[in-house]
Amino acid sequence: MKPQSNRFMSMQEMVGFAILALLIFVIFPLILDPFRLNLFGKYLTYAFVALGLVLCWGAGGILSLGQGVFFGLGGYCMAMFLKLEASTPENTKIQSTPGIPDFMDWNQLTELPFWWQPFHSFTFTVIAVVLVPVIFAFIIGVAMFRRRVGGVYFAIITQAIAAIMTILIIGQQGYTGGVNGITDLRTLMGWDIRTDEAKNILYFVNGGLLFACLFAAQYIRRSKLGRILIAMRDQEDRVRFSGYDVADFKTFVFCAGAAFAAIGGAMFTLQVGFMSPSFVGIVPSIEMVIFCAVGGRLSILGAVYGALVVNWAKTTFSESFPELWLLGLGALFIAVVLAFPKGLAGLYDDFIAPRVKPLFDKLRSKSNSKDADFVGAPAE
Amino acid sequence: MNYVNPNFVLMVEGLTVSFDGFKAVNDLSFYVEPNECRVIIGPNGAGKTTVLDLICGRTKATEGSVKFKGQELLKMREDQIVHAGVGRKFQTPSVYEDLTVFENLEISYPKGHGVFGALAFKRDLEVIERIEQITQTIFLTDALDEKAAYLSHGQKQWLEIGMLLIQDPELLMLDEPVAGMSVAERKKTAELLNRIIQDRSVIVIEHDMKFVEDIATRVTVLHQGQILSEGTMEHVQADPKVVEVYLGH
Repeated sequence: MKPQSNRFMSMQEMVGFAILALLIFVIFPLILDPFRLNLFGKYLTYAFVALGLVLCWGAGGILSLGQGVFFGLGGYCMAMFLKLEASTPENTKIQSTPGIPDFMDWNQLTELPFWWQPFHSFTFTVIAVVLVPVIFAFIIGVAMFRRRVGGVYFAIITQAIAAIMTILIIGQQGYTGGVNGITDLRTLMGWDIRTDEAKNILYFVNGGLLFACLFAAQYIRRSKLGRILIAMRDQEDRVRFSGYDVADFKTFVFCAGAAFAAIGGAMFTLQVGFMSPSFVGIVPSIEMVIFCAVGGRLSILGAVYGALVVNWAKTTFSESFPELWLLGLGALFIAVVLAFPKGLAGLYDDFIAPRVKPLFDKLRSKSNSKDADFVGAPAE
Repeated sequence: MNYVNPNFVLMVEGLTVSFDGFKAVNDLSFYVEPNECRVIIGPNGAGKTTVLDLICGRTKATEGSVKFKGQELLKMREDQIVHAGVGRKFQTPSVYEDLTVFENLEISYPKGHGVFGALAFKRDLEVIERIEQITQTIFLTDALDEKAAYLSHGQKQWLEIGMLLIQDPELLMLDEPVAGMSVAERKKTAELLNRIIQDRSVIVIEHDMKFVEDIATRVTVLHQGQILSEGTMEHVQADPKVVEVYLGH
């Protein structure tokens, strides 16, 4: 007897990835008008965050209620670059200090702060988009997990961090654009990002990056590290006494979640054209957890569907019943927790998978007999 | 003490832990020799499990010293103590319920224990062979792909013993390995333990006197956090103090 397959993906997962790819890269672009497609692109940026939460919360049992912070940091890094590009001396010549972002001028700043300087460089910006949130997550992770802070306490602390971050951004108006955020972004290295065509391209870039992150997440889940995360969720002490430093693993997965969220944030800025504290604080952070919960916190593909479905519902319902939407979202969250704790992915596993499984088995036995001596094929 | 006696694997000296003033373990000293099987017995609340917790770093000691092959364990983290060569089995079987028997053992395999080591860890032939060999020892060959949650209580205990074996510790600490087992399972476990306590030092906590007689090199009787008696099984059984507080008349 051989232990279960150690392959990167099962046949069923491969089909799942393929269907999602078809949906994102073919079906949506075909059936949606440019405005709606851009909207779906925005929804998909939240899928990055939900994906990170699947790793942290679903696999590792670490519930972060502050993912908006990392989404925001990634988004702000990108926004700073775009804002500097938009604030050429010609564009800003009516200001008392031309060449600096307009909100700085309004706040009587006469010079670009030193920590804004490096964001003139696109390479630096791309690195910063990922690295700034990861370093921040690393500091939080080390501080919390080394002291064995976990569970509810960790959730509350991340929530407090989200609140602090919002207050900080709003309070430092001259440096951050305050409550309005960083707006009026125009070009990316001379390329106008406001046109329909640009938005179309950005949608596909976003989809590509999402798939890169999905593959990375799948790699982590299939590695021994993924199994250690599950082991940690069940029996943290046992993992320690199997010779693992639990804090290191928690910090790693928290940083990975932050990196995913940050990429989503940067793509959000590019597609939506601004970044503001309203995507950083407690409410958006909790909404992100709801995307993940609705999609199914144990399923990386579920996270994408969760982000899509909840955001689509949000747009649709808040267009017709703006007051009722938040109540509806709350009700949805309660319904998920009470009735289907594994989310959409759980519903799929319970009702659809048993029906399609015979199909896969048939397919597999066919392909197995076809290339029976293929080296990589798992022997049963 | 400055010198290290090379004859002792474990030297526990003046070990004390107090929880809000209550001394669960009080100025305890004992020494374990290579290949010795030391059994700790004593009434409930004597501090037996606490002693193991202190040695493996789960509980921090208030005072004293625990030296394993000359290394001071009290200053080390749990995972560092494991890497030094100390393995610990808990009283209630603690296995990873959501993982298969194979995966449970694989996690305990002493390789790829850093974050990036775990990411790059390859399930090569050596790992698979070692795991198959261990599953044979612990009677779980047929359950290799079974989730640990579906194992019986006895099988979970065996699995946890297997997880320790794969670490190949020099000092193995077992907390009531036969508790809650059926008679048949108990017999099999005794046989298993007898086999694996060769070539290493073992500290066992156990209540089953028949079982203790079978495996013990020396017995330490704990009472209220202190040593009541120590020596061979016969010596301890004949000690009137032990009869008084533990064995009964």
